[in-house]
Amino acid sequence: MNDRRSRADIGLFVTCLVDTVRPSIGFATSRLLEQAGFRVHVPTAQTCCGQPAFNTGDHETARAIGERLVETFERFDYVVAPSGSCLSMIKTHLADVFRGDPTWQERHGALAARCHELLSFLVDVAGFAPDARYEGRVTYHHSCSGMRELGVRGQPERLIAAIDGLAYAPLEHPEACCGFGGTFCVKYGAISTAIADDKVDDIAGTGADTLLGGDLGCLLNIQGRLARRGQDVKVFHLAEVLAGLTQAPLGRERSS
Amino acid sequence: MSVVYTSHHFRAQATSALGEANLQRALDRTTTLLQARRARAYREFEAFETTRDAASRIKEHVLRHLDHYLERFEANAAAAGCKVHWAETAEEASAIVVRLCQAAEARTVTRVKSMLGEEIGLPEALDRAGLERVETDLAEHINQLSGDRPSHIVIPALHKTREQVSALFKEAHGHERLVEDIGELVQSARLNLRTKYFAADVGISGANFLVAENGAVCVVTNEGNAELTMQLPRVHIVTAGIEKLVPTMDDAAVLLRLLARSALGMELTQYTTFLTGPKRAGDRDGPEEMHIVLVDAGRSALLADELAPILKCIRCAACLNHCPVYGQIGGHAYGGVYQGPMGSVLTPAAASLEKAKDLPHACTLNGRCVDVCPVKIPLTDLLRTLRERTWRQGLVDRRTRWALGLWGRLVRSPRLYRLASRLGVRALRLVARGRPALARLPFAGGWTKGRDLAVPEAGGTFMDRYRRGER
Repeated sequence: MNDRRSRADIGLFVTCLVDTVRPSIGFATSRLLEQAGFRVHVPTAQTCCGQPAFNTGDHETARAIGERLVETFERFDYVVAPSGSCLSMIKTHLADVFRGDPTWQERHGALAARCHELLSFLVDVAGFAPDARYEGRVTYHHSCSGMRELGVRGQPERLIAAIDGLAYAPLEHPEACCGFGGTFCVKYGAISTAIADDKVDDIAGTGADTLLGGDLGCLLNIQGRLARRGQDVKVFHLAEVLAGLTQAPLGRERSS
Repeated sequence: MSVVYTSHHFRAQATSALGEANLQRALDRTTTLLQARRARAYREFEAFETTRDAASRIKEHVLRHLDHYLERFEANAAAAGCKVHWAETAEEASAIVVRLCQAAEARTVTRVKSMLGEEIGLPEALDRAGLERVETDLAEHINQLSGDRPSHIVIPALHKTREQVSALFKEAHGHERLVEDIGELVQSARLNLRTKYFAADVGISGANFLVAENGAVCVVTNEGNAELTMQLPRVHIVTAGIEKLVPTMDDAAVLLRLLARSALGMELTQYTTFLTGPKRAGDRDGPEEMHIVLVDAGRSALLADELAPILKCIRCAACLNHCPVYGQIGGHAYGGVYQGPMGSVLTPAAASLEKAKDLPHACTLNGRCVDVCPVKIPLTDLLRTLRERTWRQGLVDRRTRWALGLWGRLVRSPRLYRLASRLGVRALRLVARGRPALARLPFAGGWTKGRDLAVPEAGGTFMDRYRRGER
């Protein structure tokens, strides 16, 4: 198994938010994938998945980005990203911008079949057994695109269950959106904040001292609201906990 | 246009809704409860997914052969003694109803809640014609007393708390003390409405389904008001959108298994009535005349559009009940007849995309509405289609266009993009001066008004650090 895997090459799509705001998630991702026995490549030609354009209705720009993405990543055995929403853009929604163009549809289709969100890839494809420890009472926010468009349900919980030292307290409303919604969070900031408040209340109700998630967009949104309300909850991407990169929670000073 | 759309004031309306304490209380009490009830109903209904597939296929089949089923329905309804009328526009539809009321020399008309009635501006048209209009649905009775429009397609007075209703009824029903018990409030409305049922000359209802094979009209309610409205007056008028057709009674049964479960978490509504024609010789009750007004009002145009799947909608409101945006702002902020995700698809078609350009964008695309839709309407895809149209038609604001244009140029050139993200990270860290998060940031008020912004990690971008050999 490991032999076959060591020959498998993964193109890591870092995502623009991880690249700029939280590189630690990128390092955690590449470490985990290497621990799982894969060769990790980070193509320098990557930029963004195109969601801001696509979700605003600018399919022309989304398509230009999509063509570049396919060209950059089609040489790998797998494409993995530490984000359900960016990965779903590449895997699912790019099909819309290539509609009516058989050549690109085919190239995209071949790539899409090999695209995976990190946490579901670790469980479903890599059969990864985490070797991690985290002290604390932990809850988890499922990002909507991962959950509904990619079927990331249950895999994060399985990974969490394999981490030593933590107590898991699920949210009462795991299906609820956090209000991020990409550009929605700034275009309709007040509504977005009000939705985040419900999420923050749910988190408070679990008594958790740590919130984990699989999408930095959602985590920035929830962390931002937690901090504004003065609620003392540490926020990490689940990959960071799995890789042991938990010195500085999101939006906090290094604690060690 | 008889219906006044205020969807172009969406932003202002949403902002004020977020600050209305009573509305917020009403929404908090209702939406989570409806979600829990629906979830429970479907946990106990094992055939949910297969029924949902069947329902979706029935609606798609009808829409593909709508002309055929409309003709069959008309022929069978006529054979049962109904008079069928066709209305191309909303105005035409309400004009036909008013004319029928006048022909019946009506003074008082009773109405059962019908969103199509709202869509064609029927309440306003009846009022303008000088008819005494009595809304018999409890929630619509509340709305009529307070001069409100429905804020939810199934629970039209969802925006009101029971405390507000107590105060309203004290005034309108002449209570000596404030009645707070819900049972007593219902009783008060019942007593108040009962005499009107007998005084009415015409009863007006909508339809949940129109059955092509026998010309039956199906109406579901929980209060029994529909039966009194449809049976007691001399004339019964039905107004229904042409998309309400189903081929057979069996098909109606499939959809009925989903409607009340999706709407309220009930297996069935208290009353499910199929009406086939007016009173026949030998019948003990029923209206002497039954009219059915089939309304297009933009539906056949939608049929030829990418948005056609919205015509599968059975008006259960599950998408409203599970929408995080609806859950915060309620229904009035949308400024149309329909609200939430399905309303955000329908209102641009009714009011023009320009007047409703905010609606498709005021959505987080979380997709829960698609998950709960009993007829599998791809609501987020439809909203994205509308977003694309706002972009192509130049309806997206200039600041967004400018920002996206700049960003679009950067992401197409990895080298420029790297440079820009490097500079952006540095600038943010400079502004933060060692703080891990920002409470305020110029040009980012949309974010920082309610949330802190985590400052980028020290050491530069991932791409730079990775290239330098960091692992």
